[in-house]
Amino acid sequence: MAEQVLAADGRPLKASLNRALRRQKMRALMLIAPLLLFILVSFVMPIADMLFRSVENQIVGETLPRTVVELADWDAAGEAEPDAAVFEALARDLAIAVEEKSHTRLGSRLNYELTGVSSLFRKTGRSVDEIGETVQDALEDAAPIWKERSVFGGLLGTDDWTNAVDAWDETGTGPAFEARPEMQAVLPDTTSLYRSFTEIAMEAGDNPLTEKQLPIFFHVLAQEVTTAPTDGLSDAQAALFADVQTTVAGLTLDDPKALFVDIDEDWGSTDVWRTIQTYSPAYTDGYFLNSVDRLKGAEGAELRPENERIYITLFIRTMIMSFTITVSCILLGYPIAWLLANLPARKANLLMILVLLPFWTSLLVRTSAWKVLLQQQGVINDVLVWIGFVADDSRLQLINNQTGTIIAMTHILLPFMILPLYSVMQTIPPSYLRAAKSLGATNWTAFWRVYFPQSIPGIGAGSILVFILSIGYYITPEIVGGTKGVFISNRIAYHISSSLNWGLAAALGAILLAIVLIFYWAYDRIVGIDNVKLG
Amino acid sequence: MSGLPTYATPGQTVWYYGFRIICGLIFFFLIAPIVVIIPLSFNAQDFFTFTPEMLAFDPEGYSTKHYEDFFTSSDWQLALKNSLRIAPVATILSVSLGTLAAIGLSQSHVPFRRAIMAILISPMIVPLIISATGMYFFYSNPYIPIPFYGKLELPFTLTGTYIGVVLAHAALGIPFVIITVTATLVGFDKSLTRAAANMGAGPVTTFFRVQMPLILPGVVSGGLFAFITSFDEVVVVLFVGSAGQKTLPWQMFTGLREQISPTILAVATILIAISIVLLFVVELLRRRSERLRGMSPS
Repeated sequence: MAEQVLAADGRPLKASLNRALRRQKMRALMLIAPLLLFILVSFVMPIADMLFRSVENQIVGETLPRTVVELADWDAAGEAEPDAAVFEALARDLAIAVEEKSHTRLGSRLNYELTGVSSLFRKTGRSVDEIGETVQDALEDAAPIWKERSVFGGLLGTDDWTNAVDAWDETGTGPAFEARPEMQAVLPDTTSLYRSFTEIAMEAGDNPLTEKQLPIFFHVLAQEVTTAPTDGLSDAQAALFADVQTTVAGLTLDDPKALFVDIDEDWGSTDVWRTIQTYSPAYTDGYFLNSVDRLKGAEGAELRPENERIYITLFIRTMIMSFTITVSCILLGYPIAWLLANLPARKANLLMILVLLPFWTSLLVRTSAWKVLLQQQGVINDVLVWIGFVADDSRLQLINNQTGTIIAMTHILLPFMILPLYSVMQTIPPSYLRAAKSLGATNWTAFWRVYFPQSIPGIGAGSILVFILSIGYYITPEIVGGTKGVFISNRIAYHISSSLNWGLAAALGAILLAIVLIFYWAYDRIVGIDNVKLG
Repeated sequence: MSGLPTYATPGQTVWYYGFRIICGLIFFFLIAPIVVIIPLSFNAQDFFTFTPEMLAFDPEGYSTKHYEDFFTSSDWQLALKNSLRIAPVATILSVSLGTLAAIGLSQSHVPFRRAIMAILISPMIVPLIISATGMYFFYSNPYIPIPFYGKLELPFTLTGTYIGVVLAHAALGIPFVIITVTATLVGFDKSLTRAAANMGAGPVTTFFRVQMPLILPGVVSGGLFAFITSFDEVVVVLFVGSAGQKTLPWQMFTGLREQISPTILAVATILIAISIVLLFVVELLRRRSERLRGMSPS
């Protein structure tokens, strides 16, 4: 066996080298780590958050937890509306949601799927506290203790908890509700409802023991007390139960189903219920289906009605316009790059300034320039009228349409085409063209068969860059595009700031991101991201 | 190609001049929209086109009133101040982190180099509207994801704050710093650092006394790119910022979308002047960098 070569410190040379390599790698990573961490937190996680929001749909399950469970068994394809138990659950969920004011948010969320749900929820929210008033009035007449605001807290919560709430200064998180075990066993629904109530009250910085009791508590209590076993309760508790039972015995309890249908007959139809059931899971593909003009119907995805289909058209329009812009950039950029690459360095550098100045000029300056120039009373139309190209009364409509967007964006993105083309053309030896001509090629053949193929990498790099940049443009189309010349980005911005349908905005963004990443990947394969050159 | 040879056929002559005319027109297309803004900004009327007085070079037709408007309007001044408060800080952040990382990336044997590079460049490639959307969601309710636990929500919000906008702009500027500094480091002679170490300099001294002066042109031009990115950025600030962080581009954008006022042209002219200055600084730096690296300046 050959003797191991040793390093100066006596270790085997191989191990020593490995250690040095490891340290080198570590040092490189240590230098990169701060930036990588920064980008992860400030950029990558926001993007991930957006992707998450495009499928996230917890609001239905969180706002209507009891209804969602009851509704799970309902046959959405059938004609019948859900049974009374579902309405009972909805009454409880809504009473809590109204207290939290989250029913309007849920209404807006479901309104994206079925128009009218938003107003339905708001209308229902105003009347939902009628449920339970019958029992509340009867109990309050029977015994004054039911008028006290702390009655449910004292009945259902442990003494430790009520004392802790009394001592709580109403800032920060309040003491978590602790149920009396015997009550939890006997009155599970009332306890669970009261627990949600305490959480909401304390979240808002209110003492649940001094807040007005919800009528729904009485309603649920009345239901549970009639069937509740009294074993395990103390004598006082049993006596209280007996009193409640006698008071309630002669009453007809409020019927949530009748009340809801009375508030709005939509509750009696299957549409609203089907929508709630469809969107009850915590994650949904609904936003993505919406992004491609589809909706979740009773039997899976189906196409939206003709007049509601906009997104596929918009995606196709974005692609076609980006493609048009890319092609016009090639047509305009190629001669310029060729001229710059073939002029003597001094002249080329001087002309290069004409390319770099627009590149360095603020995007908004260039956009405002086009807005000013393209107007019907703007400079371009003035000049055209002056030279007699168009009549004064038939000035060209150059702005607020696709023409405006294409002209302005071609101008803005042209430097991104010229610069990569130029750097590729610089590397093509001019002697190739001369050789081709000396072998008998015409100018055109020499260009088309010899020069052009060598410049294709530049065209590729420039085109992908221009296409990627243009497909996600927002500012310029927004200002010069009107309604016909806007891109998918403008729709995303609209959903974020105006319609507040964030899930749909996130889904549209995710699709756009996927398209861009495909091209980014292609760019990386063809050009290599390390080879991007600026200026 | 230098001039036309004496033996050129008429066809070649036509093509030669025709091609130059085409190129001239394209250059005109590139530069005219920017240049035309400048005289228009001195319009004495509130019009966006040349008035007859202007065309007759009548001094009456010109005035600096739009500039006065810019310098006296509190809205515009606030916007200018905000831009000057945000851009430099964002630039410092991206330049310092970016330069370190670029040095790290330029070492031999960096594991996952390609993937890291792709992530660091991505803010330049991902459409601004998507970055803005994501930041709008995440910054309003930042959290740390913890595996098998869920998310740890942080007790503050970054939307509508100065720090939020600076962080967002710094992220957008980083690709430019990485690209320019990496490009400078490609030509960096590693034996120089070894020589410095050989003469007894520690890594910190080597960095500041030997490496930094040599890559400085790249760092500065990366910084200028980062600065202009932040200074010119409007989409992200619209989403992440609030009225208190209204920047110059934001003010221009709302002006262009709603009531378009000629003051915008005055602002645009000032911004053009700034970009001309920046362009020359970058060009000088590029030449200096090439000289330092022993290439002949072209």
